[in-house]
Amino acid sequence: MNATARRVAVLGGTRIPFARRNGPYARASNQDMLTATVDALAGRFGLEGGVLGEVAAGAVLKHSRDFNLTRESVLGSKLAPETPAYDVQQACGTGLEATVLVANKIALGQIDCGIAGGVDTTSDAPIAVNEDLREVLLEVNRTKSTAGRLKALTKLRPQQLVPAIPRNSEPRTGLSMGEHAAIMATDWGIGREEQDELAVTSHRHLAAAYDSGWMDDLVTPFLGLERDQNLRPDSSVEKLAKLKPVFGGPDGTMTAGNSTPLSDGASAVLLASEKWAKAHDIPVQAYFTDAQTAGVDYVHKREGLLMAPAYAMPRMLARSGAALQEFDLYEIHEAFAAQVLCTLKAWEDPVFCSERLGLDAPLGAIDRERLNVHGGSLAAGHPFGATGGRIVAALAKALSETDPARPARGVISICAAGGLGVTAIMEAAHD
Amino acid sequence: MTDRYAQLVNTPIGKLVTKQIGLPQPPRLERYQDGAPVITGPVLLGAGGSTGEAGASRLVGPVAKVLRAIDADVFTAMDEELRTAAAEAKLDAGVFNPEAAPEGQRFKALIFDATGIESSDELARAWAFFQPAIRRVLPSGRVIILGTPPEDCATPPLAIAQRALEGLERAIGKEAKRGATSQLVYVKPKAEGQLESTLRFLLSPRSAFVSGQVIRVGAAAAAAGKVDWEAPLNGKVALVTGAARGIGAAIAEVLARDGAHVVGLDVAAMADELSAVTARLGGSFLAADITDDDAPAVIADHLLGQHDGVDVVVHNAGITRDKTLGRMTEEQWNKVIAINLTAPQRITEELLARDAVRRNGRVVGVSSISGIAGNAGQTNYSTSKAGVIGFLQAYAPALAKRGLTINAVAPGFIETQMTAAMPLAIREAGRRMNSVSQGGLPIDVAETVAWFASPGSAGVTGNVVRVCGQSLIGA
Repeated sequence: MNATARRVAVLGGTRIPFARRNGPYARASNQDMLTATVDALAGRFGLEGGVLGEVAAGAVLKHSRDFNLTRESVLGSKLAPETPAYDVQQACGTGLEATVLVANKIALGQIDCGIAGGVDTTSDAPIAVNEDLREVLLEVNRTKSTAGRLKALTKLRPQQLVPAIPRNSEPRTGLSMGEHAAIMATDWGIGREEQDELAVTSHRHLAAAYDSGWMDDLVTPFLGLERDQNLRPDSSVEKLAKLKPVFGGPDGTMTAGNSTPLSDGASAVLLASEKWAKAHDIPVQAYFTDAQTAGVDYVHKREGLLMAPAYAMPRMLARSGAALQEFDLYEIHEAFAAQVLCTLKAWEDPVFCSERLGLDAPLGAIDRERLNVHGGSLAAGHPFGATGGRIVAALAKALSETDPARPARGVISICAAGGLGVTAIMEAAHD
Repeated sequence: MTDRYAQLVNTPIGKLVTKQIGLPQPPRLERYQDGAPVITGPVLLGAGGSTGEAGASRLVGPVAKVLRAIDADVFTAMDEELRTAAAEAKLDAGVFNPEAAPEGQRFKALIFDATGIESSDELARAWAFFQPAIRRVLPSGRVIILGTPPEDCATPPLAIAQRALEGLERAIGKEAKRGATSQLVYVKPKAEGQLESTLRFLLSPRSAFVSGQVIRVGAAAAAAGKVDWEAPLNGKVALVTGAARGIGAAIAEVLARDGAHVVGLDVAAMADELSAVTARLGGSFLAADITDDDAPAVIADHLLGQHDGVDVVVHNAGITRDKTLGRMTEEQWNKVIAINLTAPQRITEELLARDAVRRNGRVVGVSSISGIAGNAGQTNYSTSKAGVIGFLQAYAPALAKRGLTINAVAPGFIETQMTAAMPLAIREAGRRMNSVSQGGLPIDVAETVAWFASPGSAGVTGNVVRVCGQSLIGA
């Protein structure tokens, strides 16, 4: 085993434009989208036919037949079939967690290069057989005698034809993600206007990124879609103010405008050791230097479902010795505008930082001018598994464009269902 | 003794009818249950000025510590200094943003540190705190304003602003609905650490019938040490005069509940009732007529002989002999003055002279709304009860030097055998003419006495606190 960790280079990433549910990708499967994205990445870096260290990716909403989704995607891709692959599933943290896994293997010298990614479709959602029906069918299957089988079949009922449709809700609370976020918005006293402002900024930033051509090498058109379908360049606080609340009751502050829509899409990022990058003559955009996951008890301890990144961040900062203010770029996944605002308030709050995080002083405010500078999930959309890859790729590119005369760092924060959060630090490769 | 009207109003049909015809709506007041937490709902804490190092809102920190100690569910605005004060008190406080708060968000108590309000302009900060929160107060909720005694303010504008708080507090009490109460606590500079017993009392259902009061908290008369809030009077001896029945029996009961050994005192004619009360409480009794010449000596002998002294002396014994002045006999006059006013002085003098009251001891008088406002037909009684106020004011400085406090309760309309005997019209008027449209219970007076008696109340002296539901009389 390697005694020292190697630096992990982020060479670049790509994604297909994100589509709204039942939009252009309505008939595309997770495997279709992931394969197309891996192929796009392979094409860009000349990896066709090559054997990589591994491909790690995953989806949140998966068909049971997709137990080996990533491996099947690799087999269907232009990469060599000898490239190993496995699935990762950590709710909305999937894409970033996959990146952490690949990066760690590279750091330890177990592999030299790999692809991390993620995909999700809310259109081609898995619909399962009714749970009662499933039990009857399994019983029939277990029973040996014909008479016994017929007897088991008498338990069939018409209502068992109603299928089990996946729900975007927490199993332990029965509340949807949005309802949980609404509780957080209330807990932190987040107003409607600041949420709408954050959403508008996200749309403006992403629209500007597309208009200036900045997105060109980050996005590969798919099924006729060239830009994220959810993007509204002309979005304004006035327009958003007209929307009715969708979470938190009639006096709630969360609308379809300041919450991410259900969406379809995929992303992938190429990571490698510096040596491998040099050998393949691929410039390094950034280094993936640290990561931290955290979980919170949103069931019994009244913590907000999506507050885990607020806990992960100080642990990671303590290890890296950086202050929260020392980053040049901040990428906070905009699951809901309220989630971003709650997280920022929590880091500024003496009570939260002392009582919940056990810190001597608050982490403090960040420069909002450096937050999600090329747009966030509110504008792009949020296919659960694909968001991590989207953010890693965009941050790597943004870091590569910073002033080469001085070091630059970026930080990522992604919240996930189940009270999970993933954070990571990346540094510009200016040396 | 039963308030049948209040019972009627609290039935669905009764509520409908009485509301329709515009009759008073006495709410059910929450009262303390043994073992219950100090407060059962969220507390909103705010300040009228900077709470930082050099800040003028000097009570936020001490209040936050008390709220932490009672494990209250606290909320504050997202204000850096408030949040820092909360964090320093290890208070995991939630955030209240009136702009974004849901309709249904409610508070059991609003606590506002107004010590940072330095001029009349800045009183707008009190408005800013209360305006969005006042309609969110739960039934039997509490509003507590904290200020600096005007006499201790360095500048006229500060003194004026602090004095103005009294009007705000009393008006809030009158606007308060469903049994909520309002209080103003003036805390002397450097007495910030003396707040706990008072805050605990005012926040809890123990103060159910106390509203519209102004309470002064000063430096501790004696070091209290660590207070056992579950049984603050453990190991203490309390003398309660007139303990055989009514308010006196209730006081004996509450002091015993708080851990005291109660020595009940009453006249020989009441000996049976008295011994029944003290036996039930595990106390002891002394039958004596406090107007007898040798009564002070007998009491002091008993306390020193049997208990090596006393910690709490409650001068509760009192009588009425009502007649308009022109029809009042000399005997009626003299008897009321002797029992209600002269006896407490003589007993106190004797106990002090013989050093019978132990350090951090308490003297509690019982005044009356009648002594504050004056009642027709009670010239003798009103005189005696106003005299009780003079009694505590006169003794407070000397007692403070000996590490003792002296205060008085001034009951308003309390449901007792005495008020049950009143003519209906007068009784109904007395009952309804206050902010909660009902009479109080003996326990309400007793809880107030127990707060004065607590070893934690070392900074509470020279106060007259009315237990009257903010009666319109004598306000």
